[in-house]
Amino acid sequence: MLKIENLQARIEEKEILKGINLEIKPGEIHAIMGPNGSGKSTLASVLAGREDYEVTGGSVDFLGKDLLEMSPEDRAKEGLFLAFQYPVEIPGVSTTNFIKTAVNEKRKYLGQEPLDAAQFLKTMKEKMKLVEIDQSLLSRSLNEGFSGGEKKRNEIFQMAMLEPKLAILDETDSGLDIDALRIVANGVNQLRSKDNAFLVVTHYQRLLDYIVPDFVHVLYKGRIVRSGTKELALELEEKGYDFIKAELEKETV
Amino acid sequence: MEVINNLTKAFASQENPSSPLHEFQSDNWKTFAGLGLPAIKHEEWKYTRIRNAYADNLVIATDAQLSAATLSAHQLPGTDHANRIVFLNGRYQAGLSSFQDDSASLVVKPLETAAGDEDAEFVNLHLGHSQKYHPDGINALNAAFAAGGVYIRVNKGKSLNQPVVIYHFTDSSNGYAFSQPRILVNAAEASAASIMETYVNIGGGESLTNEVIEICAAQDAVLHYVKIQNEGAKSSHSGTTHIRQLGKCLTHAVTLTLSGKLVRNNLNMVMEAEHGESHMYGLYLLNGDTLADNHTIVDNAMPHCFSNELYKGILDEQSTGVFNGKIFVRKDAQKTNAYQSNKNILLGDHASANTKPQLEIFADDVKCSHGCTIGKLDEDALFYLKARGISEQKAKALLLHAFAIDILDQIQHEAIREYADKLISERLSFDF
Ligand SMILES: Nc1ncnc2c1ncn2[C@@H]1O[C@H](COP(=O)(O)OP(=O)(O)O)[C@@H](O)[C@H]1O
Ligand SMILES: [Mg+2]
Repeated sequence: MLKIENLQARIEEKEILKGINLEIKPGEIHAIMGPNGSGKSTLASVLAGREDYEVTGGSVDFLGKDLLEMSPEDRAKEGLFLAFQYPVEIPGVSTTNFIKTAVNEKRKYLGQEPLDAAQFLKTMKEKMKLVEIDQSLLSRSLNEGFSGGEKKRNEIFQMAMLEPKLAILDETDSGLDIDALRIVANGVNQLRSKDNAFLVVTHYQRLLDYIVPDFVHVLYKGRIVRSGTKELALELEEKGYDFIKAELEKETV
Repeated sequence: MEVINNLTKAFASQENPSSPLHEFQSDNWKTFAGLGLPAIKHEEWKYTRIRNAYADNLVIATDAQLSAATLSAHQLPGTDHANRIVFLNGRYQAGLSSFQDDSASLVVKPLETAAGDEDAEFVNLHLGHSQKYHPDGINALNAAFAAGGVYIRVNKGKSLNQPVVIYHFTDSSNGYAFSQPRILVNAAEASAASIMETYVNIGGGESLTNEVIEICAAQDAVLHYVKIQNEGAKSSHSGTTHIRQLGKCLTHAVTLTLSGKLVRNNLNMVMEAEHGESHMYGLYLLNGDTLADNHTIVDNAMPHCFSNELYKGILDEQSTGVFNGKIFVRKDAQKTNAYQSNKNILLGDHASANTKPQLEIFADDVKCSHGCTIGKLDEDALFYLKARGISEQKAKALLLHAFAIDILDQIQHEAIREYADKLISERLSFDF
């Protein structure tokens, strides 16, 4: 589904991604962990098409297409979804209208009829239940005045509405209490199928108790320095990131 | 200058010594003759070369004919039942005007008539008050031609069922046409009214409007005012909306500027009574070579008044937005609350915005705030929308519409609000 080869990116002359290799197959859940500042959000942003980052090398293949050649909006319509670490507040834009527009733009792109008001409402009701989100939130301006948890839940709700093939969750767990965490994880687990995949970026192992990954990667200073199964996450939790740093230093000596 | 000669001739030909406005008009003509047209060296006219609009080929339009078909073609949607006041080439057209509210609530007559009947005292007291705030040549020039104006009275204790929509037609089919509408409004004690103005250039040529509307709101009155400017790129405009609060009351103004060549709006809220409340909102959505200059004044003379002001600009291509917001708090006006904000989004690389708040505060116990921003569209918001599959063009339209909506929301009349929203949505290619 997604094949990243030797991906390098920088922002304002600063090298951040220094050669990322990662392959994700349909049905898989991958977790990326790593200390703050290691480049996790940068990777997520580069995949979603944020123009502030300059890709200086490597390639990304998404479902047989050159992802890096596509506009952010086309990436989304092809089935990529990024749940933002910091969802943006947009006053004056109704959450419901925004989601309806997004859903119908994607349908148009895929050659499908737009959803009419009734169909849209029905789908919305279903998905609202899935992520336990309240109607009152959706009739407000997009993310405006939402609490941290509400913003994250809104991201998962949008994901549920857009049914992406590959969803990248950037620290969707940070700032969530255990109930919210469970709800988010529950949403992901219910949306999970053999045809889609998830890339879960997290700083803590906690989320992985609820969303069980097939693979865990450790990103450090712009490189994936370890890959393994979910046991790697447990080991990290136990020993902390310092142990990776120490090991890496030993290796480079 | 040929234009001055033409104006002089036009003034002389309409002089009528038996008119009750004669003295007012000729005094003002003398003032105009002394001051001339404002030049950009005047601080107040720094960005707006209004002199250029007074070109030698300006035709002081004489009454043309306006067909019923033209009139109805330009009627604002949803206002079939509104009170309608029609001006043509700056002169009130009683025959084309029509009223839904009865005369117990609403009285409309030529200003010249009002100056000689039971309303004479009011006219003498209030006509020309705006000159105190705008002692310039063009205010005087308008006053010199005041006989073509209209007087509007909303009677004591009466709430109008329908808005008063004022249509200003300028017929430019015979050349560069000049209109000078004059309006005096008497919103009596505990009355409620909504007044709207809109401008239409018919004939396809160039036009210039130089307007003065003076509104007096008495104790407990509620007055809503909306000005919609969308005359097209060949039309210039300078207009003063002077609102005077005579007693504790609520006055509320919304100014929308969507097109024009050179546009200057003066809006004054003169708060002469305690506990007055005023609101001023504006949106200028410009493209091409349009320059729109909004000068506002809030004058607090008495304590415990509240004013809120928000002007927003979206400037595309090489358009220019100018905002100047003065707030005076006189020494007796303790406990004044005055808020002002001006926000601009520059879309075009050659667009520009000039914004200047001017607070002059002579009382010590007041709350005043002002702020202004000039920026681009929020890149983070744009990316967020695009990352959900919304095209760049649609995402921009969505954000700009969201930016504009809180001004549009201030228009109380639903049909007019929807009409304004439609105009703006079309301009932004916003179709959600
Ligand atoms: N917009 C930016 N401008 C400059 N440096 C940035 C910017 N965004 C991220 N960085 C830097 O890139 C590095 C990686 O950041 P980020 O991808 O956010 O890490 P993570 O998500 O793993 O915490 C950090 O050193 C950060 O300071
Ligand atoms: Mg991050």
